[in-house]
Amino acid sequence: MTEEEVFEKVKETLVDALSVEEDEVKPEATLTGDLGAESIDFLDIVFRLEKAFDIKIPRGELFPDNVLNNPELVQDGKLTAKGLGMLKERMPHADFSEFEQDPDINKMAELFKVQTIVNYVMSKVTA
Amino acid sequence: MRWIWIDRFVEFEPGKRATAVKNVSLAEEHLHDHWAAFPIMPASLMIEGMAQTAGILVGQARDFQEKVILAKITRAELEEIVTPGDQISYHAEIEAISPQAASTRGIVRKNGREIGRIDLIFSHIDQNLAGVEFPQENFVFTGQFERLLAPFLERGDG
Repeated sequence: MTEEEVFEKVKETLVDALSVEEDEVKPEATLTGDLGAESIDFLDIVFRLEKAFDIKIPRGELFPDNVLNNPELVQDGKLTAKGLGMLKERMPHADFSEFEQDPDINKMAELFKVQTIVNYVMSKVTA
Repeated sequence: MRWIWIDRFVEFEPGKRATAVKNVSLAEEHLHDHWAAFPIMPASLMIEGMAQTAGILVGQARDFQEKVILAKITRAELEEIVTPGDQISYHAEIEAISPQAASTRGIVRKNGREIGRIDLIFSHIDQNLAGVEFPQENFVFTGQFERLLAPFLERGDG
């Protein structure tokens, strides 16, 4: 499966899950900021991706959980070096270049872009 | 009293599918307000009926250990009105279930004929809002829901 094919299918998934227009789903679009996703939509998206690509997405793999509540990983509203390191390790599919300049947890949602999902699915379908 | 919008289960296959029926009656007070001159079953309450059918199915699949909360109405299409004297049936199937959530697909029928589709997503809230404290007791599944399901569950006392 080519990246373009994956992108098209991811687009279809997001259009259905978030009721957005096709032209809004661009690689750089953030799920929460640009496409209006809420927390429950992330679960919906996981279910739909599993079905569309016939893959299994283990809990926390695409969208990591149990990060924000851990004081070792978050201090004063920012990820600690350890937190950032762990997140990068767990999310090789995300682009951290901007976020790591200022790892404010309020900006963490910006890591979840359409391209993040495409990269993740690519790693699954080509594995 | 609790907000129960299904009368009886007529099919219950654990972890897979369930069908519940509701008989709509002019004795129900809400129909007189919706509307006095032309009483019809509110579509919102039909979504609730499906949510109860599907929610009990999802809850039973985890032995009622999770607090199952309706989180998203993925789709709700109802093509006909339902009036007093009609029987509605809600057929729900589990599409996917994970530690955090479940998605269901549902078909609504009126007197046996398909009139709509309602797909839902439920959250297992204890798994999703880690750190937020909820009462330990399961406030979602109470005695009334258990009684609805009783004819379909095996009894330990033989």
